[in-house]
This record gives sequence, structure tokens and C-alpha cells, in this order.
Amino acid sequence: MAIWLTKDSKVIVQGMTGSEGSKHTRRMLAAGTNVVGGVNPRKAGTTVDFDGTELPVFASVADAMKSTGADVTVIFVPPQFTKAAVVEAIDAGIDLAVVITEGVPVHDTAAFWAYNKSKGERTRIIGPNCPGIASPGASNAGIIPADITGSGRIGLVSKSGTLTYQMMYELRDIGFSTCVGIGGDPIIGTTHIDALAAFEADPETDAIVMIGEIGGDAEERAAEFIKANVTKPVVGYIAGFTAPPGKTMGHAGAIISGSAGTADAKKAALEAVGVKVGKTPTETANLMRELMSGR
Amino acid sequence: MDLYEYQGRDLFERHGLPVLAGGVATTPEEARAIAERLGGRVVVKAQVKVGGRGKAGGVKLAEGAEETVARATDILGMDIKGHTVHKVMITVTADVAEEYYFSYLLDRANRTFLCIASVAGGMDIEQVAAETPEKVVKAPIDANTGVDEAKAREIVTAAGFPAEVADQVVDVAVKLWQAFVAEDATLVEVNPLATTKDGKLLLLDAKVTLDENAAFRHPDHEALVDQASVDPLEQAAKAKDLNYVKLDGEVGIIGNGAGLVMSTLDVVAYAGERHGGVKPANFLDIGGGASAEVMANGLEIVLSDPSVKSVFVNVFGGITACDAVANGIVQALALLEQRGEKATKPLVVRLDGNNAEAGRAILDGAANPLIQRVDTMDGAAERAAELAAAGV
Repeated sequence: MAIWLTKDSKVIVQGMTGSEGSKHTRRMLAAGTNVVGGVNPRKAGTTVDFDGTELPVFASVADAMKSTGADVTVIFVPPQFTKAAVVEAIDAGIDLAVVITEGVPVHDTAAFWAYNKSKGERTRIIGPNCPGIASPGASNAGIIPADITGSGRIGLVSKSGTLTYQMMYELRDIGFSTCVGIGGDPIIGTTHIDALAAFEADPETDAIVMIGEIGGDAEERAAEFIKANVTKPVVGYIAGFTAPPGKTMGHAGAIISGSAGTADAKKAALEAVGVKVGKTPTETANLMRELMSGR
Repeated sequence: MDLYEYQGRDLFERHGLPVLAGGVATTPEEARAIAERLGGRVVVKAQVKVGGRGKAGGVKLAEGAEETVARATDILGMDIKGHTVHKVMITVTADVAEEYYFSYLLDRANRTFLCIASVAGGMDIEQVAAETPEKVVKAPIDANTGVDEAKAREIVTAAGFPAEVADQVVDVAVKLWQAFVAEDATLVEVNPLATTKDGKLLLLDAKVTLDENAAFRHPDHEALVDQASVDPLEQAAKAKDLNYVKLDGEVGIIGNGAGLVMSTLDVVAYAGERHGGVKPANFLDIGGGASAEVMANGLEIVLSDPSVKSVFVNVFGGITACDAVANGIVQALALLEQRGEKATKPLVVRLDGNNAEAGRAILDGAANPLIQRVDTMDGAAERAAELAAAGV
């Protein structure tokens, strides 16, 4: 089953003809993802060859969905055009929009998120500024390397890209149902809580790794959610214990303002609800391994 | 990017909001010119990006040009909570009757914008909210419909602004929202928003944060960057498109991906506890694709920090293949030597993930005495901390 992305998912790529878009479309195809086409109004009607797979280019997301039955779009368009691309995907009523683009102004994200809400959140948005979602062995929508780990019964949700890969690698002996990179921006379409709820409901997931980082209070809110709603074991990791206040650590959202957003506060909140929190990625992986070996 | 008060004041003025006449000075002589232009009584305010400057003596009244020069001389160069005052703002004074609070900000938790308004202004709004929550109105703002006159009136009524200033506050609320959107701000805070004894509404303070992701549609925002207070290494890194933050330790850090680099800082700090308390010297994310050139630029920046005693290169090959990174490191060291900046500090390299074996073989083959290969993140951090402690 996995969450949100399965072997039956039909994926289109907005920005498929661009350099990042085409590079990752090729990788997604190689990972076994059922990529069925791309969107670029200026190149509509043409096809693009990906090592023998001819993919059609459509004028719009709606056209692509009508012709291919696509239910997932991966968005690689530059930041200036991201808002329009997401709004187009929402208007077309697609199930899942994965927004990889980094550097999207937060006013634009707020606008497409408000728009999605006004449409009843018909579309699940992941990102922006995220590595995407991978259900190992089934499908891969985004830029998460497909060969780090095979399928298994751990669910992973993370704000960070390479840290996600590191955790997948550490636990490749057990494997993952689905790995979701939700992104490190101040406003994101899918939160830790959304992923925790989906993993809790997924019969193919036995335990959850949650990776957070400094900034905001998403981890604290996730802790409250876990207490009330999650029965599956959760292991946590937080990056940025030694980050100084007032400095943005790479991600737009990763900043300690005053006393808010510290890693210590997040760790304490998680531990208070019974989540084991590792000091390092390796220690976190070991906590999960212990947990799974007892099952 | 957080703006200085004077930059916020200018921004408000450009958007048609009522602010006090004034100017900014970096020297007492500039202060004199402003005082002469303004005439009469003025207030001289230290420009620092930290609260509590009033208590620290950074805000003073002055009568006439001579006194303005004296006050500016006192305040310029002053240290306020570790921030040196390089600029003072000088404005005319206002005869304040009432002080209110008004702001728009990003509400991360609710994934929208928020308006906070209160008739209890002039003090810390967090404190007001904690002690008298009924005096603080928090209204979510839809990013797409924004604040029109009707929305503004709703907020003004809910916050209980007196009838005689309501129309003026509505006007300010609408214009301030327009400024917030037009400038891609994530915070505009006015505390106090004040009425004068003759019934005029004025924005007496300005706290503004701008979204750096929106820089592509605001070429004018570049000029607001305070070059003097930017660390020279951070500046050099930015010119090379590197995401670098200077910290105060001894172990240089280079990694790929913001989360992994943050995690690397932690792991090195923990290891440092066992090795004389050495700490990470910087944050440097070279991003997904670590070409030789990017690696050379990164190494150059990190090694030009004199406090760096060892460097930890921590790369997880996801999309990037580790053999390419290894080649990058070897070539980078050669490149630095060609540039006449031969590296002398030990480099601990940990490569894992995509093509890690090939990458490690390249490092071993290069047989560069500066390169030490350790294959786990925790182990490499330990080694880097140990080397830094030995080199201190």
C-alpha cells in the first residue's frame, strides 16, 4: 500500500523539458515510476525520448490528466513560475502535487496554499523545496535516489533532503514503506502531522522515523498529535542542537528566533510523549533497529 | 532579511504611510545636517537589530543642532547587547497621546498570514498577550483576499480602537497590508502606532523582515543589505553562491544538504566535548551537485578562516555520486595549490551512498597526506575534532 504514492500512481512532470526536470524524469523512470508525460504549453504535442521511452508533452495539467489518467504531478519549474504551476495543478484537480522547486517566495506558497484550502484541499501538496516522496520498489516522485534502500515496513517523514537519504541508508537493512521529504520552508503543503496520520493508517507501515530541524513549532505540534493519535512506535531525530539563534541554517525555515524553535525544546516535546530521540542519525537508526528487532 | 528601523521607516513612507520626518546619519556631522534641516527638537535613535536600546541609553532627545551632534556622538559606536551602533536615525518629535500596536506576519503553524492589533501598544506585545489576552486581537488573513477596507474595519472594531481614530487606523491597516505584499515582507510591525494630541495617527517604529526568496522580483532590496555587518567570509561565500554561515569554532565543515550539514555541526560539537571543547567553525552547504570547482571554492572559504584547525567533509551521495565528489576534493586541493593557497590543514572525509566505494578508492589513490578517510559520520566527526584539538 504505502502512503500517497503506489506502483499504480501515474506521474506527470511540470517542467519536464527543463534541465532539472528532464534529468529527474529519467531517474524516476529508471526507478520504475510510471511517468506518463510532461507539461509545457510551448512544446505541447511533441514528445521527449528518455532512453527509449517516448513521453508526450501536454499543454496543461488538465490535458495531461485527460489523456493519461495521471494522478500525481512533480513540479520542477523555476520559483517565478511555481505558484502558477501549483494553481494549475489544483485547478485540474490532481490528487498529489510534489513541489521540488527551491527558493519559492513565501507569499507565493501562502497564496497557492490558501487557494488549495478554498478548493477543499482536493489536492495534496508536498513541498515546496522538498526532495519528494518515494515508496521504495513501487514508485518515486521527486529527486530522492531510488537505490538507497528497498521496501520494508518503516515510514519516514523529514524536513531535510540529504538527511533523509542518510536515514534511508542507515536503515536499508530493514527498508521503508514510504519516505516523505516535506521540505524546510516556513509554509509547506504537507506537515509532519499529515504524514504521521497517513502512516498510522497504513497497514504496511509498522513504525515511523520522524526527522525535524530547528525553526517553527511543527515538531512540538507533531508531538501533541502523536500523543493523541499515533499508536505505532515513533523514533525522532532533530538537527540543529548547536545552531546559534538568529542565523538561518540553509533552509528558509531553519532559524531559531528568540527562545522559539530550538532543537532542545523539540526533543523535550517528543520525549514527553514517549518518542525516543537519537542524538545523531546513526544513534536514531539504532533506536529504530532495536525497536523493529523486538517485533 | 531584517531591516533597520530607518529602512523600515523609509519603506513605510514610500507606501504612503504616515511617519515622522527624519533621516539617518553615520557621523555626528551628518546628524548636524539632518537636525538643521528638521529644526527644533529631535530624537536621536541608535540603529541596531536588537531590542532594549532605550534602556541601554540608545534613544535620546536633543534640542537644536549642537545637542543633536553631542547625542549622536554619544550613541554612535555604543555597544548595545553586543551590537555596535554604526548609524543613528534622527526624527522630529511627536506629541503622543495614545500608543497602539499593529502588525502583519507569517503564521507558520496555520500556514497563512496573521494580523495582530492591540490598543495596548508601546510595550512588548507578547507580554500584553500573556497578561491581558482580551486586549490583543489576532486575525488570520487570507493570502488571496488580503486586507481591504471591510477586513480592516473588522479588525479595527474587534481590537476596540476609539471611534475618533478608527478611520485613520483602517487606512493604515490597508496601506500597511499593501506594503507587506508589495515588498514580500514576512513581518511588518508597528509598535507604537500612536495618535498625537492633535489627533493624527503616526507609525513611530518600524520592524520589517523581507523574504530573501523573493529577491528576484525586488532588485532594490539588494541595497538594503548591511554590508558592514556581514561577515567578510560570508560575503565572499555569497559571491560564489555558497551557503555559508560563520560560527566560532575550530572544525571547518563542508557537507551537502542543509539538514545533513546541521546534523554534522551537532555531531562535531558532541565529539568536541571529548576533545578540548572544539566546535564547528562554520556551516557550509555545497548543495546536491558537488563539482570540483564548487568543492574548491568551498574549501577556499573554509580554509581562509584562521580559526579552522581541521576540516570535515561530510557527503552523502544521493544524486551526486561519491566518485565525482572524491575527484572534486582531489582536484580542489590541486586547484588551491595552483592558486597559491596550498592547503595545510588536515581534511577528514566521509563519503557514503551512491558510488561510495569508487569515491573512497579515488581518495586512497590520491595518497594526499592531508586527506584522512573515515567511513562513518560519527567516526569522522570524532577524528576531525581530535585533529582540531591537536592543532589548536
